[in-house]
Amino acid sequence: MHPAVKQHATSAPCDAAARSFVSIRGLHKRYARGAAILEDLSLEVAPGDFLSLIGPSGCGKSTLLKLVAGLVSPTSGSIEVEGMTPANARELMSFIFQEATLLPWRPVVRNVELGLELERSMDRGRRRAKAEELLRLVGLSDVAWHYPRQLSGGMRMRVSIARALATRPRLLLMDEPFGALDEMTRDRLNEEVLRLRAEQGWTALFVTHSVAEAVFLSTRVVVLRAKPGRVHREIPVPFGFPRKALLRSDPAFLSLVGEVSGALRELHAMGEGAVAA
Amino acid sequence: MKGLASQAAWPLGVLVLVVLGWHGATVLFEIPPYILPAPGRVLAACIERHDNLLLAVRTSAVAALSGFLLAAVAGVLAAVVLAQSPLVRRCLVPYTILLQTVPVVAIAPLILMWFGSGMRSVVIVVAIICLFPIIANTTQGLVSVDRNLLDLFRMSNASRLQVLVRLRLPHALPALFTGLRISSGLSVIGAFTGEWFASSNTVGQGGLGYSIIYANSQLQTDYLFALVLACAVLGSSFFFTVVGCEWLLLHRWHESALKAEGE
Repeated sequence: MHPAVKQHATSAPCDAAARSFVSIRGLHKRYARGAAILEDLSLEVAPGDFLSLIGPSGCGKSTLLKLVAGLVSPTSGSIEVEGMTPANARELMSFIFQEATLLPWRPVVRNVELGLELERSMDRGRRRAKAEELLRLVGLSDVAWHYPRQLSGGMRMRVSIARALATRPRLLLMDEPFGALDEMTRDRLNEEVLRLRAEQGWTALFVTHSVAEAVFLSTRVVVLRAKPGRVHREIPVPFGFPRKALLRSDPAFLSLVGEVSGALRELHAMGEGAVAA
Repeated sequence: MKGLASQAAWPLGVLVLVVLGWHGATVLFEIPPYILPAPGRVLAACIERHDNLLLAVRTSAVAALSGFLLAAVAGVLAAVVLAQSPLVRRCLVPYTILLQTVPVVAIAPLILMWFGSGMRSVVIVVAIICLFPIIANTTQGLVSVDRNLLDLFRMSNASRLQVLVRLRLPHALPALFTGLRISSGLSVIGAFTGEWFASSNTVGQGGLGYSIIYANSQLQTDYLFALVLACAVLGSSFFFTVVGCEWLLLHRWHESALKAEGE
């Protein structure tokens, strides 16, 4: 084929894809016999972005993640992940749930192997080596042969993160992964997530209820409004990486937290549901 | 070990009291032995007729175990079919309930007519009585998998078979054992019922069910008591074998096992 023709044929989607890793356009979602959950939502996620989604309950943040994961299909509108449909892009993605969702009958290391096992991309020996490497990375080598019920909530979540990272995802979808943890554990895990991201360079879509967590982790915070869910405001987070724990007491950090909380209060004032700040 | 000893002490104490009361009553009220034999006489019957007793126990044990295993295999397969979709369940669950509601005594004569009056019929009666608890519990276990875990498997593009083998079946294991525990007790009742009908033609070859009818007709009440006792021992040893297997397979990861350890 003539090179110019080929280029012409692909240039239109390529332009957007070059800037966008995930591209969401005019997304509508409505469950059967229900009210609209998401209405005309558009969002671009650049490679390397850490994008937090925050908003009142019922704004469809979790649904949005499931749509991007291809676990739920949109009523209308489009989602592209690197120019592919979500279902075709699953190999690029890993999902981290609100609970650790480990298999209780498997020891930690065999939980971390799960994704690789289901993909059948590696033999047993390499799988095990990979899982052990990830456990080292999240500091859980000592409990590799413990069962999930023997671990604390924070450790279980670390196993869940290790499992998600084992398949070398380029996009991590995280649905309030630290919501059930105490604040100290949550802060420590936040720092760990940033360290892992610096090492591995994945892009992230992160749902949370905590404004401070969103600001600390993200390159951009997206405030969603509810009923139906739409983008209310996008607030860029200018702080560079690496970010240290100390950032949390920086006045600039606190004022940005104030700004995001303010955006959530606007929604509250508009009567769009209670905000868990 | 110390825990086990102190746990066993109380029920054993009750047993001693009951045996003493029983003995006392037979002496005090001069109850004739064909109505209520003293515990000593029952023990003597056990020893005297241990050949017959062991034969009866063995016959029943083989029938109960075979029927139980047959029901376990068939029950798990049926549960896997039922777990495939809500539609399948809606179509078939009413018929599995028939298994539970039709008295086995009512269908035992039919089974005899179809399969002959031997061990085979007894095994089938046992399997029928054991089937429902296994199907019902295992189906529940297969279906009640966490949504997020299913999504996790979907994210890895897991096949239906992978979801079944790596997620649903292990998740259903505790529920399966609940079913097996119930059925282990029922299996001896099933064998007993089956023999009651089936073995009447093959005198002397019968298991516990047949022997009890025979002992009753001969007013050998002490031997009858010995047989009832054997039934109880057989049933409980089945039950505790299942509990032991359950512990072996589940204690490392399952919550119920954790609780048992804590007590």
